[in-house]
Amino acid sequence: MNSPLRRPGRRRPVAVVAFMAAAGFALAGCAPGGSAPSDEDASAAAAVEVNTELTTEEVTLTIADETGFPVTDVLAEEFTKQHPNVTFEITRDTFQNLTANAPRLLAGDNPPDLIRLPTIGEAANDGLLANLDPYAEAYGWDAWPETQLSPLRMNDEGTRGSGPLYQVGLGYSITGIYMNTAIAEELGIDGPPQTMAELEEDLATAKEAGEIPIMAGDQDGVVNFVVQAAMNQYADKDEFLSWMFNEPGSSYNTEGNIQGAELIRDWADAGYFPEDINAVDYFTFVTRFSEGEGLFAFNGNWEAANYQEALGDDVEFFLVPPVEEGGDHVAMGAANSFSVAAGSDDLDTTAYFLDWIHTDPAARQIITDVTGASPGGDPALEQPTVEEGSLIANALEMAAQIGEENGQVDFMSNTTAGIYAGAIIPESQLLVTSMITGEEFVTRVQEFYENEVGE
Amino acid sequence: MKEATTGPVRDTGQGEPVATGSAPTGPVVAIPKQGKRKSVGRAGYAAWLMLLPALAVYIGFVIFPMLMGLQYSFYDWNGVGASTFVGIANYTEVLTNPVLLGSILNAITLIIFFTLIPIGTGLMLASLIRSMRQGPAASAAQTILFLPQIVPLAAAGIAWAWMYAQTGTVNQFLNAIGLGGITRSWLADYNTALPAVGLIGSWVLTGLCTVLLLTGIGKIDSSLYEAVRLDGAGWWREFFTVTLPGLKQEIAVLATLTIIAALSSFDIVYTSTQGGPGRATLVPGISIFRIGFTQSDVGLASAFGMVLMVIVLLVVLPIQRLSKVND
Repeated sequence: MNSPLRRPGRRRPVAVVAFMAAAGFALAGCAPGGSAPSDEDASAAAAVEVNTELTTEEVTLTIADETGFPVTDVLAEEFTKQHPNVTFEITRDTFQNLTANAPRLLAGDNPPDLIRLPTIGEAANDGLLANLDPYAEAYGWDAWPETQLSPLRMNDEGTRGSGPLYQVGLGYSITGIYMNTAIAEELGIDGPPQTMAELEEDLATAKEAGEIPIMAGDQDGVVNFVVQAAMNQYADKDEFLSWMFNEPGSSYNTEGNIQGAELIRDWADAGYFPEDINAVDYFTFVTRFSEGEGLFAFNGNWEAANYQEALGDDVEFFLVPPVEEGGDHVAMGAANSFSVAAGSDDLDTTAYFLDWIHTDPAARQIITDVTGASPGGDPALEQPTVEEGSLIANALEMAAQIGEENGQVDFMSNTTAGIYAGAIIPESQLLVTSMITGEEFVTRVQEFYENEVGE
Repeated sequence: MKEATTGPVRDTGQGEPVATGSAPTGPVVAIPKQGKRKSVGRAGYAAWLMLLPALAVYIGFVIFPMLMGLQYSFYDWNGVGASTFVGIANYTEVLTNPVLLGSILNAITLIIFFTLIPIGTGLMLASLIRSMRQGPAASAAQTILFLPQIVPLAAAGIAWAWMYAQTGTVNQFLNAIGLGGITRSWLADYNTALPAVGLIGSWVLTGLCTVLLLTGIGKIDSSLYEAVRLDGAGWWREFFTVTLPGLKQEIAVLATLTIIAALSSFDIVYTSTQGGPGRATLVPGISIFRIGFTQSDVGLASAFGMVLMVIVLLVVLPIQRLSKVND
């Protein structure tokens, strides 16, 4: 046990020399990584031959998805039932591992045909993702609302919102406020707040009565649904979006964002969040609200089925109210985004599968039943059937309303790959415990953004 | 090299290491210091041949990746696409970014919990166990103390995160003994998060320290204890005159191991706090992982890794030197 530590010292110089020599050798070698994709590659992608007829050969598609989201399993099963020659191989990993490994998975010799990818990021510019524009044209995806597809596009400067289509969604989410109506009734709150001022009144009422006004957690950042919800109501939506899409010159440090962040600071000062908020992770946050703790919870449609099961009729789901009564709503929503690997052997089949998910009635029903999300696609298509008055029905109505009011924004955590863990989570932990002001929050996140994007 | 004695070397000097280099253990390759130079050629050949498999693995999985890391640290590279040579820019970033420097400071603070507390406690426990009569009680104590060591660090982090929660066992215990006033969510409090995380490390490492130190104590010549007793020394005197000097080697080894564990900690922090609240428990391991795999900035992550390695060496090498002074 002590031998490694008693290595005779006189050998060391030899080791050092060997090390230096090897280091020099390695450094003299060529630079790491591949070369940037040339224009030839780009034009090759554009000239892809699209075949919208489903193959009759035996094909196995591979999907890399995150754990805990079974929708791909159910979709795959249904697709194979309809088209027995196409089978699926689905691998799963945790969200964090999957996103961390995605570039290497895609760059490998045998990339998955379809991969869950929260942000397009640099993968597109490294030529790892298939440009889906030719398929969008062939299948008529241009009938889909542009707000659904624009966050899934990225141009060659790395700005999202325009350029080739690199992703589509297996369901399109919407966020809002869940209200525990049992608690609300006790407090004499008779319905969803119609303005931010009313929301604040309800929060104060709950606090006075000793209830937790907003159930939230921030160990892993979920309180940012609340933070961004507040910002959404004050910020210029397009300005905010242009920042999330990394447009050059755009900034997080805007008056509206500061106003929203300062409101969160006020709520923190007033004790509207759980005391141990920074030790509460997403799972605990969902569980505690499901067990009847807290008047409000800011979350997305994906928990609709769970909350319904736990709270029965004692829960409502609605959009975050605007500042002015009757004003337009703004809400976060995003595609449960999947990309096709540029190196996929079955681009045609994979694209057919994606189109089928958006058009086949059974597939659309699966999306809504399993995820509680809207299936997206052409709005003219029939919507899935849902139980009237259920939270999922609420969610679909909310998604439709946001579509009409054109009020959907992306999640600010999707702005860059590193911003959520590197800045938004730690700074929001400080904000919701009144350690920094809203202005400091906004400034620091912007600083991190400039550092990450400006390289 | 030392003579191949089996018994400890007796030394009369006060506080001198008694069983120096104890354990002239089995597979010490006792290459005689002089003479026989001529046969080195052939024997050396065979020796190298036998070393080859291990050497190949070592070079392939330790040296080569390290050199790659060194190379990456001079590039701006996302891990997949094209890279640009940026000189020492990544190193300047590591050494000037307050967030990254703060994480180094946190890791240094963790040394208190990963090194000082476990070794201190281990010394106490080991000498207490030594004074216990040999028997089931002593070996049970050893086993129980060693148990945390077999729990994976990641699992320890999760389990302790539950215990530290608002309604966790720690607070239940405090309430039960009338200290309800100081209960809090230990990992969510800016002042207690880092010590709380550190104590998880103490819990895990104390067992290892105790068992190793106990083995060390076993090798100290019992006649020394008898002598010091005859001179009328009490437990403390005995501890400082015989036990502590006799354990110098073991303490050096443990300090090395645990300091490395502190500076390169990752799993405990990742599963308990992920660096929060704020950046109160952010350590280099977490930063490097995030920069390299979330932000895909492999160059900066490698540079930080290199800096961390240098820091570890700067702290650990003097300990090695100190432990050798009296060899």
